Amino acid sequence: MSQNQMVTLDGNEAAAYVAHLTNEVIAIYPITPASPMGEWSDEWSSLGQKNLWGTVPDVIEMQSEAGAVAALHGALQAGSLSTTFTASQGLLLMIPTMYKVAGELTPTVLHVSARSLAAQGLSIFGDHSDVMSVRATGYAMLCSASVQEIMDFALISQAATLESRVPFLHFFDGFRSSHEVVKIDRLPVETIRAMIDEDLVTAHRRRAMNPDHPIIRGTSQNPDVYFQGRETVNPFYAAVPDIVQAQMDKLAGLTGRQYKLFEYVGAPDAERVIMLMGSAIGAAEEAVEHLANQGEKVGMIKVRLFRPFDPKYLLAALPVTTQKLAVLDRCKEPGANGDPMYQDVVTALAEAVAEGNMAQMPRVLAGRYGLSSKEFTPAMVKAVLDELSKDQPKNKFTVGIIDDVSHSSLDWDPSFKPDAAAGVTECMFYGLGSDGTVSANKNSIKIIAEETPNFGQGYFEYDSKKAGAVTISHLRFGPKPINSTYLIGDNEASFVACHQPTFLTRYDMLAKAKAGGTFLLNSPTPPDKVWDDLPKAMQQQLIDKGLSFYVVDAYRIAEQTGMGRRINTIMQTCFFAISGILPKDEAIAQIKYAVKKTYGMKGQKLLERNYAAIDATLAGLHQVDVPAQATSTFERPPVVPANAPDFVQRVTATLIAGRGNELPVSLMPPDGTWPTGTTRFEKRNIALELPQWEEDLCTQCGKCPLVCPHAAIRAKVYPAELVNDAPASFQHMPIKGKDFPSDYHVTYQVAPDDCTGCGLCVEVCPIRDRKDPQRKALNMKPAEERHDIEVPNWDFFLSLPEYDRTKLDGTKIKHAMMMQPLFEFSGACVGCGETPYVKLASQLFGDRMLIGNATGCSSIYGGNLPTTPYTTDSHGRGPTWNNSLFEDTAEFGLGLRLAVDKQNDQAREYVRQLADKIGTDLADAILNADQTTEAGIFEQRERVAALKEKLASINAPEVPSLLGVYEHLVRRSVWIVGGDGWAYDIGYGGVDHVLSTGRDVNLLVLDTEVYSNTGGQKSKATPLGAVAKFAAGGKATFKKDLAMMAMAYENVYVAQVAFGAKDIQTVRAFLEAESYPGPSLIICYSPCIAHGVDMSNNLRQQDMAVNSGHWPLFRYDPRKLEVGENPLSIDSKRPSIPYRDYLASETRFSVLNRTHPDVAEGFLKLAQKHVESKYSLYEQLAHIAWQKAEKPVEKAE
Amino acid sequence: MDLSTKFLGLDLKNPLVPSSSPLSKSVDQSKKLEDAGAAAIIMYSLFEEAITAETESMNRFLNQQDTGFAEADDGFLPAWQDFSTGTEPYLENLRKLKEALDIPIIASLNGVTPSGWVEHGKELEQAGADALELNVYYVAADINQSGDAVEDRYVEILRTLKGAISIPINMKLSPSFSSVGNMVQRLAGAGADGVSLFNRFYQPDINTDSLRLQPSLHPSTSAEALLAMRWIAILYGRIDNLSLGATGGVHTPDDAVKLLLAGADVVHLCSSLLRHGAGHVGVVLKGIEQWMESQSFESVADFRGRVSALAVPNPAEFERANYVNIIDSYSFAPGVMV
Repeated sequence: MSQNQMVTLDGNEAAAYVAHLTNEVIAIYPITPASPMGEWSDEWSSLGQKNLWGTVPDVIEMQSEAGAVAALHGALQAGSLSTTFTASQGLLLMIPTMYKVAGELTPTVLHVSARSLAAQGLSIFGDHSDVMSVRATGYAMLCSASVQEIMDFALISQAATLESRVPFLHFFDGFRSSHEVVKIDRLPVETIRAMIDEDLVTAHRRRAMNPDHPIIRGTSQNPDVYFQGRETVNPFYAAVPDIVQAQMDKLAGLTGRQYKLFEYVGAPDAERVIMLMGSAIGAAEEAVEHLANQGEKVGMIKVRLFRPFDPKYLLAALPVTTQKLAVLDRCKEPGANGDPMYQDVVTALAEAVAEGNMAQMPRVLAGRYGLSSKEFTPAMVKAVLDELSKDQPKNKFTVGIIDDVSHSSLDWDPSFKPDAAAGVTECMFYGLGSDGTVSANKNSIKIIAEETPNFGQGYFEYDSKKAGAVTISHLRFGPKPINSTYLIGDNEASFVACHQPTFLTRYDMLAKAKAGGTFLLNSPTPPDKVWDDLPKAMQQQLIDKGLSFYVVDAYRIAEQTGMGRRINTIMQTCFFAISGILPKDEAIAQIKYAVKKTYGMKGQKLLERNYAAIDATLAGLHQVDVPAQATSTFERPPVVPANAPDFVQRVTATLIAGRGNELPVSLMPPDGTWPTGTTRFEKRNIALELPQWEEDLCTQCGKCPLVCPHAAIRAKVYPAELVNDAPASFQHMPIKGKDFPSDYHVTYQVAPDDCTGCGLCVEVCPIRDRKDPQRKALNMKPAEERHDIEVPNWDFFLSLPEYDRTKLDGTKIKHAMMMQPLFEFSGACVGCGETPYVKLASQLFGDRMLIGNATGCSSIYGGNLPTTPYTTDSHGRGPTWNNSLFEDTAEFGLGLRLAVDKQNDQAREYVRQLADKIGTDLADAILNADQTTEAGIFEQRERVAALKEKLASINAPEVPSLLGVYEHLVRRSVWIVGGDGWAYDIGYGGVDHVLSTGRDVNLLVLDTEVYSNTGGQKSKATPLGAVAKFAAGGKATFKKDLAMMAMAYENVYVAQVAFGAKDIQTVRAFLEAESYPGPSLIICYSPCIAHGVDMSNNLRQQDMAVNSGHWPLFRYDPRKLEVGENPLSIDSKRPSIPYRDYLASETRFSVLNRTHPDVAEGFLKLAQKHVESKYSLYEQLAHIAWQKAEKPVEKAE
Repeated sequence: MDLSTKFLGLDLKNPLVPSSSPLSKSVDQSKKLEDAGAAAIIMYSLFEEAITAETESMNRFLNQQDTGFAEADDGFLPAWQDFSTGTEPYLENLRKLKEALDIPIIASLNGVTPSGWVEHGKELEQAGADALELNVYYVAADINQSGDAVEDRYVEILRTLKGAISIPINMKLSPSFSSVGNMVQRLAGAGADGVSLFNRFYQPDINTDSLRLQPSLHPSTSAEALLAMRWIAILYGRIDNLSLGATGGVHTPDDAVKLLLAGADVVHLCSSLLRHGAGHVGVVLKGIEQWMESQSFESVADFRGRVSALAVPNPAEFERANYVNIIDSYSFAPGVMV
């Protein structure tokens, strides 16, 4: 047996470790939660790490999962060992090729972080919906239940696929296993080598395509032989279970860890048995062992090999005493007579009874649990086992939810705690995503798990929002391996830390605290006053539970020691100082050692600062005396305002409060339809500074509302007399310019609860006080000075009427910004570079807009619950939005267009047919309406309203049909929105096709030059030399010129824009694109935090991108061709700053100078030449003389 | 033909010394410069401010990538760990250049803090620099600061560094002093081994689309060399033990010859190398040789300073503001009747 190598890592890294060592070609594509497996592989290969055969695996990113699996198929067919990683929809995209790979008996392992499928809504979290959708492909399916198993089973499946020739799908639960950080025994390379049979590898190569001994596969077969051909594989599948068990036994010999295909745990004479697979095994085993120890006749079967499903092994594992068996599936197959594993088990047992291999059929019950990482706890397992005790237990039950519609759910007692919890220290940390709490906790687990004999486990809950995201860390430590695959529950945490004082009024953190535990708070309030900051209920919890209370002013210590706003090391030091998990001095030494490992090469100053912060922390940590009485005068405020609609009060507010698990099925919309415009009810108040308007300086240019990523600063113009009712602090001034009535006033107003404090509005403000250049027409001021003043101002601002949009000239920024944004307060990142474009479209066209949105950042900030940003105007009109998939968005959007066009056609036909009854004047006006202007659209709406009224009194068979479609007589604006991952990569085929159709759709490409939402993986939009995930050594090819490709069609309107560089060009492009009656493509430069630049520099970076030539601005308008003009206009000047300067300003480029300096310099030279020649090319194209196409000369008769 | 010269006490085979430019970031390019005939190389500048900023931003974007987003929980950039920030990459480059090249390597430093100047100066000396150029980039934007205070700052930095390191120090100066000559003399008094005249700065420009500032740097032209030529001509032979380097606008052999005639010990090349490549050193060198041959000069020493203020019949011409000459040129030839 090899020397143990205990390491702390997560499931994805464990799988990637084996995959990278045992493969040669790795085809990857990002998808949550599987992306890190590809990222590790890419990073290791770019560091030159070799596999078992001494070669560095070739890692290649493909355009989609369909591309990845096809590349893998090719690599396998040509004799390489090849793998890929995926999840969810990605796995579905692989299905056709998976049949091929399996049909050709090709050894390979596909590692899957199992995840929900998008149905009534998308979910990134874990269940078995995806893997169960491919169970018919012919892949063997091996399931890991823990991080240790992931590493072990990755190897077992690799060994078994080589031996059996059946491809393997190795899967584990997304997030719960893929992202759980835990201490495991790492497989030594020699163990891995020992498990891989070299002869089998050679055999695989011998079967490969090779012109020296050619073969043909992939033939087209006819009814005469296809069927028989399918049956040839049976012996191979029959052999798989024994092969896998033999490999498990072999690994046991090498490591001491013995696994079984079906493994029984519990009372030997169990009568009630539960059967499941995946991470839930951890929770189930704790419950079963606990109950069995108490003498209950219960047991469980852990399922490892799901396909091929082998009844022989199942029967061998199932105690003969079993009377009732609950088979739990973590997926849903609507309409089926039970979910997949249940059906297999029933079939297996029925066959066994029928064939005489089993005396009596146990009662088998189907249960469903854990969809989308729904909590599955020992208490729920007990509820299932208790249900089995009943004479007439519920079949087809659910557990973990309250199903008050079909009444399928079982009740459970949350107070049930298994023995396994004893001896385990549980700790919870509430932090901001950006404050480093999670990484500090991962570090703490490493310290404890690797430096002491203790085991550790970390699991992290994340937010739906990106700006001001909250993280909740669940850490467990104990002397035995920890398999508690569920969150820390109420009254369980012996240590609760609140890293942000604002959470005191937002979360019921102390509900989690165990009696006698410790509460640590980061607060600027001194120890003798901090008691008064706590809501009353929280004070009572401290008293009732006898908690020790500590406070530290981490931000002050960070500031004083040069750490800026970085508090994670300080909070980590506090944790070790008071939790007593390690002796204090030893813990401090370990933290310092960890700091040295991280910063050792990054400069002495960083190191010294961190040390200073650690030392200062101990002096700044104070215990607070807990009084005997709760004295606070306030409670946690309600999450949504009292005037919010009923649905928001009952459902949305519960979600915001983090209690969504409590919502019953009956409160869920059955078809995924949710109300829009709910972000306005989520008062997040996360800005530390707010912009204050200085009317005396303001020129009313409108730039501030344009750049605001969150629609949190607005312009409105209104009759001056309306301010009579305004709060005294409400700011306003007479509107400037002849375009508006002279007795109107204008206000630029901040939404104080919705502003994120990014400062872009102040950054863009061009007006400075000549006497005091630090003072602009907008200035950031501390939120504590402004927030309470602005709240009533904002409320009053909202009560003012919107200005008549038919009187606004959208080509002027000032006017366009008077239009109401119908996309507001999204959860996008602070300073987001995408959302200003979406908001602009919503202002210009929102009241008649249909949006098909590709999956990605824009679908997350656009449609992630609990609250969504698309909203309505005072008429109730606004964008209607849906996200189909990642890959199909262009086609989906085209479908929206086809539908509204068709219904418009139908409506027009009915109007023609009914013209006499409607009145020919009205009918003609409707049919011939000019809807090219806001005024024209307004008039058509009036006519359509009149039509509806008329129809009420007309009795004709066409009337009901016309009433179904008449609204589409008003012009619709169809928008197809997505990022570069969609438009350049996975959806490009669809984009190209939709552009070719000539139909009137507007494609808005929010180009961040990486897959931002999944964490910054390279796309074909990534520029040369940029470092990204999947391009750890810098992208070696140029960015794809999507605009040029689209222009080649000649009938596509194309624009490349960057609002931070030239806002008026952006607005013009939007208006032109929308008015063009064919396909339009707007490619928007969208700075992103993934570029490694602070988003307060968003506008500067856009400017630099344009000025360096990286992002030339232009518009291509096919309408110009018709009048004999050149369709292309270049809107930016020749590159005027060195490309080097642009690169130096973004870490995505500059890091390459540190990791691969020569490569970086080479890329820079190429890129400098490229931007210059690219500009010249565009410039020349724009200056070609065009002639109006002459009519072809008719040949004389 | 003897092209040798002395610069900062170093014996150089010829007077062509490429100045601080990105070419010195690459060992290959530097080798090409040496092969083309460069007599020494001044490395690109180590900017203390840039080093600090880079370290901070690398730290922020690579080591502190927590997002709180489930799909990007470990941040956006690959978490490279095994690379250095701070001065180490510069020092490593310096060591590599020293190892690969035979000619002297002069490090260049732009500090911000007093401790930064000294600390980094010592590091550069230890890494093997043959001399150190101080690139004292300073725009006196504070209107309350007097010219004296600005000058004191230069002298103070130089003095401190002279006390801390023993390799020769060259001062790269801007022309923005009321009395350039006096300033050079003060620096010589404080221990400077040489001066290079003159530094060219990025100038802020205004972008009329975005109304924001953007930096601009236009490559120099031969016309700019005249500024350095005048001051070198004025200073030549006036201050003992002080090398004179001419920088800015040297593109052609003719440019170089003029500066040598004015009295420069060395001539620095930058824009022309960026434009034409490292091999351009050879072109200039060959041109100097051809000129010397046509003029029958045997060595650089033969003609260096021949047209300096000390050597010309009417040194006042170097002092005269140009426009006076231009107006004068409208006067009539003495023998012509009008």
